[in-house]
Amino acid sequence: MTDETMLEEDGHSGGVVKKFLYVNRRAPYGSIYALESLEVVLIGAAFEQDVSLLFLDDGVFQLKKGQDTAMTDMKNFSPTYRALEMYDVEKLYADRESIEQRGLTEDDLIVPVEVLSRDEIKDLMAQQDVVLSF
Amino acid sequence: MTMLHIVNKSPFEKTALDSCLRYAQQDSAVLLIEDGVYAALRGTSLSEKMRRALETVKVYALEPDLKTRGMDQSRLLDGVELVDYGGFVDLTVAHDIVQSWL
Repeated sequence: MTDETMLEEDGHSGGVVKKFLYVNRRAPYGSIYALESLEVVLIGAAFEQDVSLLFLDDGVFQLKKGQDTAMTDMKNFSPTYRALEMYDVEKLYADRESIEQRGLTEDDLIVPVEVLSRDEIKDLMAQQDVVLSF
Repeated sequence: MTMLHIVNKSPFEKTALDSCLRYAQQDSAVLLIEDGVYAALRGTSLSEKMRRALETVKVYALEPDLKTRGMDQSRLLDGVELVDYGGFVDLTVAHDIVQSWL
């Protein structure tokens, strides 16, 4: 296949573009999952893949505003969520029930996300080529 | 013998807090650390259970872990007391037995 036909088929010069959904279900800091997920998301973005992030269950705590790690001397990686836009990662979703069950509101979140119902999340997952869970 | 119970797991993900509260004697102390601090939040699906627990046990939350997670006293249930690392040490000294619910 020539570069020209790939360009026509994929809309990108680098090759196949797949839809990747990263499902984040863990609270930050208590385990390494949240931080590792961000690393992998940025790798996906660097390869110009079609990346979406979903925050579910305790994963919604990752987006809590005002994280201050001075007293625990841990790495505060929450500013990275605001930087995702610069890497063309713009599709951020969160589960409405997870937010409400944890006493949070959309105002508590460090970045704007699209808040989805359970049914909408079923559809979102079904639309993906690859789902990675953290 | 007085007992200090320490819970470090999210109550939304694990059953450690549930088990702890089930076996905690009246007037014992529960210290919430790491992801355990989420149990101290008001307005959650667990707040009612915690409110009942607060009637029989003393609940402490480790402030550095709370701040790390973007929370402060204003988000907590009434009756939860914040402690710093020094307060953590004082609690372990003040109780005869320490049980960590891993």
